[in-house]
Amino acid sequence: MTRAAQALVAPPTRVLPTVPQAIVALLFPTALLVLWSASARYGWLPPQILPAPDEVLSALGDLAANGDLARDTGISLLRVVEGFAVGAVLGLLLGIAMGLSPTVEDYAKPLFTAFAQVPTLGWIPLLMLLVGIGEPLKILVIAKAAFVPVTLNTLAGVRAVPSAYSEVGAVFRFNRRQMLTKVVLPAAVPPIFTGLRYGLTHAWNALVAVELLASAEGLGYLLVWGRQMFWLDTMMGAMLVIGIVGFSLDRGMAAIEARLQRWRLA
Amino acid sequence: MRRAWRGAVLPLALLAVWELASRTGMVDPRILPPIERVARTAIDQVVNQDLLGNLGASLLRDMIGFLLGTFAGLAVGTLLGLSRLADRLLMPSFNGLRQIAILAWIPLISMWFGVGEAAKVVFIMAAAFIPVVLNTHEGMRSASRQLVEVARTLTFTRWQVLTRLYLPSALPSIATGVHLALIYAWVASIGSEYFMAVGPGIGGLIIAGRERFEMDLVMLGILLLGLVGYLINRAASSFEARLLRWRTA
Repeated sequence: MTRAAQALVAPPTRVLPTVPQAIVALLFPTALLVLWSASARYGWLPPQILPAPDEVLSALGDLAANGDLARDTGISLLRVVEGFAVGAVLGLLLGIAMGLSPTVEDYAKPLFTAFAQVPTLGWIPLLMLLVGIGEPLKILVIAKAAFVPVTLNTLAGVRAVPSAYSEVGAVFRFNRRQMLTKVVLPAAVPPIFTGLRYGLTHAWNALVAVELLASAEGLGYLLVWGRQMFWLDTMMGAMLVIGIVGFSLDRGMAAIEARLQRWRLA
Repeated sequence: MRRAWRGAVLPLALLAVWELASRTGMVDPRILPPIERVARTAIDQVVNQDLLGNLGASLLRDMIGFLLGTFAGLAVGTLLGLSRLADRLLMPSFNGLRQIAILAWIPLISMWFGVGEAAKVVFIMAAAFIPVVLNTHEGMRSASRQLVEVARTLTFTRWQVLTRLYLPSALPSIATGVHLALIYAWVASIGSEYFMAVGPGIGGLIIAGRERFEMDLVMLGILLLGLVGYLINRAASSFEARLLRWRTA
């Protein structure tokens, strides 16, 4: 925003011109934490509604100490990795096939659209009846969540490859395989990666959904367990871990994306 | 025309396999009921049970949560977009909280608000709130610097700057946010009914079908879920196009 706009719309800005952003950003959570502690200490809200912050920490500490936290996080991560891998590979294949061949798109797109129209959450009860509530259910649900955005973005990416690139490939008399690996795929990397990143975020959300509905282990189950026991501290701890893992997965994907695209700058 | 035919091949083949499998008893009809039975369940649900009432309950919940979340999101997004101070103070916290998968809030919300109507609406509201805040914020921040200078030269009041400059230039972005909010709110309505299974609704119907092992009911519910989602999306797209018509003109 320009200084003129600040002057008009947000004059108080100059109160904090030189304070580093990190400190400003921490002001609000700190104030909230203070208020939360005070509420717990003076009993403004019963602990069944809002446990003290240090209780949340100690609940997390207990879970970490007895190994439950690492186990549940590991199980959840493994499920996401497996389901995401299945969904992403299938999505890449279908996306590339539809992108390269309009015939394949004519046949497959309407069914795919209908399939994608029902949100992941809707498929869970159907799949529970079909495959039970075991590990295959989780993999299928997570794979579905990743599959849809990966397919759509891959299709769009392959279609958006400039025709000039393909013409150069034709001049070099590339065969189909060379065309795919040397021209189309490298050019389509950015949109495909956007799709993969969305896919991973969707996969993580789907994991939480499926573990809330049907699981006896994992981070989502930790939430269910806390809810049944009325342990809000455990629930809040689990939410914290779910947020941190989700954030880290997305950041990891962004880092890979940046690395893969380094050559574009050169 | 040829494309439409090609598109129909796979769905029709799927239906044929389904019908064949359930007719010949290759698959347990409890797992895969004949298409005809799903249709009969649909008619029975409309005529004898309260399918439309369930649908209406879900939609009403969806709309209330969507409206509350969208208006709250517009207010917060505008504040964050216009005030550099609010942005620096609050945006990092908002982005931090946003990292928690939205469904993970359900147990906490049901602790705080019970499992009744209030808790469901709060959850739907949260689902609609997030995309509206993000897109309003982004739209407000992208207002052209030159126009802001012009407004300053014309000594616009704050209200005028907001309504004549920031709001119109943020409109496309806000429309995207509201569109997303509509989709998220619908999914959240179903989610809230799954996990707080009290009262009527399509999500409750699906869960009940699963518990009683009535595949036809589950399929019917999912069909409705997809159909309503599709219609909401279509309506939002055409409204968005109308709203932004002036931009291309």
